[in-house]
Amino acid sequence: MKTYDFAVVGGGLVGSAIAYGLAKAGHRVAVLDEGDVAYRASRGNFGLVWVQGKGLEMPSYSQWSMSSASLWPSLSEELWDLTDVATQHQAPGGVHLCYSQREMDLRQADLTSLAKATGGQFDFAMLDHQQLREMIPEIGESVAGASWSRWDGHANPLYLLRGLHAGFLRCGGTFLPGSKVHRVHQRGDSFVIEREGERVQAERVVLAAGLGNRLLAPQVGLHAPLVPNRGEILVTERMRPLLNLPTTYLRQTGEGSILMGDSHEDVGFDEGTETPVLSHIAQRAVRALPALANTRIVRTWGALRVMTPDGYPLYQASLSHPGAFVACCHSGVTLAAAHAKRLAPWIAGDSLPSEIAPFTAERFDVQTVIPA
Amino acid sequence: MFKRLSLPDAPAQKTVIVYFDGRQVTAQDGDTIAAALLSAGVEACRTTPVSGSPRGPYCMMGVCFECLVEVDDIPNVQGCQVLVKDGMQIRSQHGARRLG
Repeated sequence: MKTYDFAVVGGGLVGSAIAYGLAKAGHRVAVLDEGDVAYRASRGNFGLVWVQGKGLEMPSYSQWSMSSASLWPSLSEELWDLTDVATQHQAPGGVHLCYSQREMDLRQADLTSLAKATGGQFDFAMLDHQQLREMIPEIGESVAGASWSRWDGHANPLYLLRGLHAGFLRCGGTFLPGSKVHRVHQRGDSFVIEREGERVQAERVVLAAGLGNRLLAPQVGLHAPLVPNRGEILVTERMRPLLNLPTTYLRQTGEGSILMGDSHEDVGFDEGTETPVLSHIAQRAVRALPALANTRIVRTWGALRVMTPDGYPLYQASLSHPGAFVACCHSGVTLAAAHAKRLAPWIAGDSLPSEIAPFTAERFDVQTVIPA
Repeated sequence: MFKRLSLPDAPAQKTVIVYFDGRQVTAQDGDTIAAALLSAGVEACRTTPVSGSPRGPYCMMGVCFECLVEVDDIPNVQGCQVLVKDGMQIRSQHGARRLG
């Protein structure tokens, strides 16, 4: 049996970015991808490369996101050079819309504490209605203002995934689609990854199977207590440009469609859509941009976010099974550049990026505070 | 390019007159806009928003969005999903739709 340097379980955005980073550095890498029956969060996401507001309780998440946002242009360029796939990445800054003065005040307080917690690295500005209108001339009257951050941007997540896959293959990676991995175990110095009708052997294994990590991680001494969280998205017909920068739940794609979304629903593994939720998303979009009132929705879908108990990523090397790693997060687009350029080198043996030191599973253990 | 089939048992259909970019087009009651345009020899009814390349009806079942036209001033109408009506003003959809 051929032995790879690395086997990456999961061909979504997290697995593909890591696999691409490893293959580009010259390692022999196989990606095992389940197929269309998997939950495939990477095919259903919104496409923001987003920083503002992230990491309110954990500033290192903000720093990790900023690192990725900074590396995004070079990732996008190198994928273009390698594969001719354009991710449509743009970083014009982004806004979070507020509908009342109270929302503005709360937002300002949150982002001020985030700026402080990151030593000023994260910066932002509050825009009143008039200032926002200068940026987005067609903004609705009922929008009070917005927070703006230069760190934010967006990309086409499907082209990103395609670019990562193509780049991975271009760098000599082996893509093994087909079926679900059900068993991972260590044998001697290497790992055996088993799935229906096939065994793959690798010196090291990276579990990047999204929600599937829940069952795989314990097999190599890791813990991935993940839960699904559903987001529903609506997409309109293509139309003339009217929104030149992304917002938290509304963006216009390179082709002219408007994507709207950002529901957060605890509905188990149900990937469907519900009319009241879609209706709420659409109404909010029309408040933000009244010109959308009579446009057509051409498609709606639901997708499941991969959520840890606190919403932050999980990256960990196994102590009991050296050479096994787990990586999961719900921001596969934003973090793609950090995963390819900083996480992959760590997995290959470099030192741990300091921002991600807190992202191990021990933080989910029962915590006891002993009163002084 | 397309020829209307005459089925032996089909009842005769009423003639419907529509206009495509100002030109009179003779269709039959029950035709979709896309079918009427194809049978009138129209190959391209829109240009794409991204590259501006010309496109015409393709899937005829509401999926591909290649048959977009403006119908009585409403942009981005799927021609294969709407039946012709007498006097309908159909226009080519040039690029991305306008708004309000």
